[in-house]
Amino acid sequence: MNSNIESHSHHISKQFNVELEDVKNQLLEMGGVIERQIADAMQSLLDGDSGLAAQVLSVEDRIDAMEISIDEECSLILARRHPAASDLRLVLGVIKAVRDLERMGDESAKVARMAIKLSEEGEFSQGHVEFRHLADSVTKMVSAALDAFARYDAEAALEVVRADVAVDMIYGSVMRSLITYMMEDPRSITRVLNMLWALRALERIGDHAKNIAEHVIYLVKGMDVRHEKLEVVEDQLEELLGD
Amino acid sequence: MRKVDVSSVLGSNSESANDLESCIDVSNLNLYYSKDKQALIDINLTIPKKRVTAFIGPSGCGKSSLLRCLNRMNDLVDDCVIEGRIALDDEDIYAKQVDVADLRRRVGMVFQKPNPFPKSIYENVAYGLRIQGINSKRVLDEVVEKSLRAAALWDEVKDRLDDSALGMSGGQQQRLVIARTIAVEPEVLLLDEPASALDPISTLKIEELINELKRDYTIVIVTHNMQQAARVSDFTAFMYMGNMVEFDATDNIFTNPAKKQTEDYITGRYG
Repeated sequence: MNSNIESHSHHISKQFNVELEDVKNQLLEMGGVIERQIADAMQSLLDGDSGLAAQVLSVEDRIDAMEISIDEECSLILARRHPAASDLRLVLGVIKAVRDLERMGDESAKVARMAIKLSEEGEFSQGHVEFRHLADSVTKMVSAALDAFARYDAEAALEVVRADVAVDMIYGSVMRSLITYMMEDPRSITRVLNMLWALRALERIGDHAKNIAEHVIYLVKGMDVRHEKLEVVEDQLEELLGD
Repeated sequence: MRKVDVSSVLGSNSESANDLESCIDVSNLNLYYSKDKQALIDINLTIPKKRVTAFIGPSGCGKSSLLRCLNRMNDLVDDCVIEGRIALDDEDIYAKQVDVADLRRRVGMVFQKPNPFPKSIYENVAYGLRIQGINSKRVLDEVVEKSLRAAALWDEVKDRLDDSALGMSGGQQQRLVIARTIAVEPEVLLLDEPASALDPISTLKIEELINELKRDYTIVIVTHNMQQAARVSDFTAFMYMGNMVEFDATDNIFTNPAKKQTEDYITGRYG
């Protein structure tokens, strides 16, 4: 782990320490809310619980407000402190991660809306096994990405990037099995399509978790790994970690 | 053409110093102000041609001492001992046959506090040529206008060239001093905190000027203002207690420095 970034203390300006620590804590707090949202949205779909789904939708405003507040805090730090090096990368990392968290919130809301639709259409279990499978993997990715951010752990972040490859594969195979449901019983098409939208949202949440993991690698190692092939990232990171 | 040797890995977006022609080569430079006071310790550095190189570091780190070595200003300090080699275009500037006055024409210097002579604006700029024995009004007129234009001062002073330079504002005086320095067509400009005594607007004008001047000159700037170093320089050297800690493309130094000491300094942490 990069010793420079382990903690944002030791600035000559104590107030600067406080500001960086504060913005990071706000981000992690927002991460916690998002994790709860994702879990509730998934549960509401699996249980056909439209009440829980409605509750997910009601939290959206709070998430938007958190996004704005963190962005504002970051703008002030940029204007006042002119952060450089690891401090700059932290502020940029927070700004980017907040965006991904907010999108995750939007995707959770999509799942919740699908849950409401599906519950209106009555008992329905097609795709549940697949949904649960994908949901487990995505949930793990999200919490691992946030952990990596909290601990500035580039190796753990790389694990999340790896996990996204697996999630994309699961998503592909789930799509194929849902298509067979639709072919077997055309009356199920509407419901299976709704399920597909929810699965799509889960897959997108996984992508955002991967983005956050990439921001962590950037903020810890100063290495921009977006749009790189996994093998390339692994090689580069190995080189840096060997230092 | 000699290549600049920068051992650090440069980021993909940064200009590679390896592809640039070198202007000044400093090798194994040691400087002592007295027997037990060593100000520079084994400095090795290559300053690329027609680029801006900034020296940053805390007070007393040796950055001004190093700058002053580049045009032998330290010769004026009693008991100052300099070891090692500094080459300008491959010629050792400390060699016996070097004419120091000529060296200082080739390597001009601008100081923190503007130091115009108590003469007219015109005569300040023409001064360097007059001491070279050039008195032709046609030549002087031409050089004065060209230099004042290059220093982004012409439009402000063209109607009062005979006024005393001492009546100008601090920012104008500093640009006048720069015009006076470039009137003798140097190769290198050494700027020692050129904007630290100026207000923010004058500072920005100087920075803008540095950006213009690097097309024709190699510029070395010492500054305490790190944002200024980040804005105006292409390469940055971080110095600490007489050592050259890190030298790299400015983009790398300010986003992802290789050394922890550099990081601590530019982020304002305890060393």
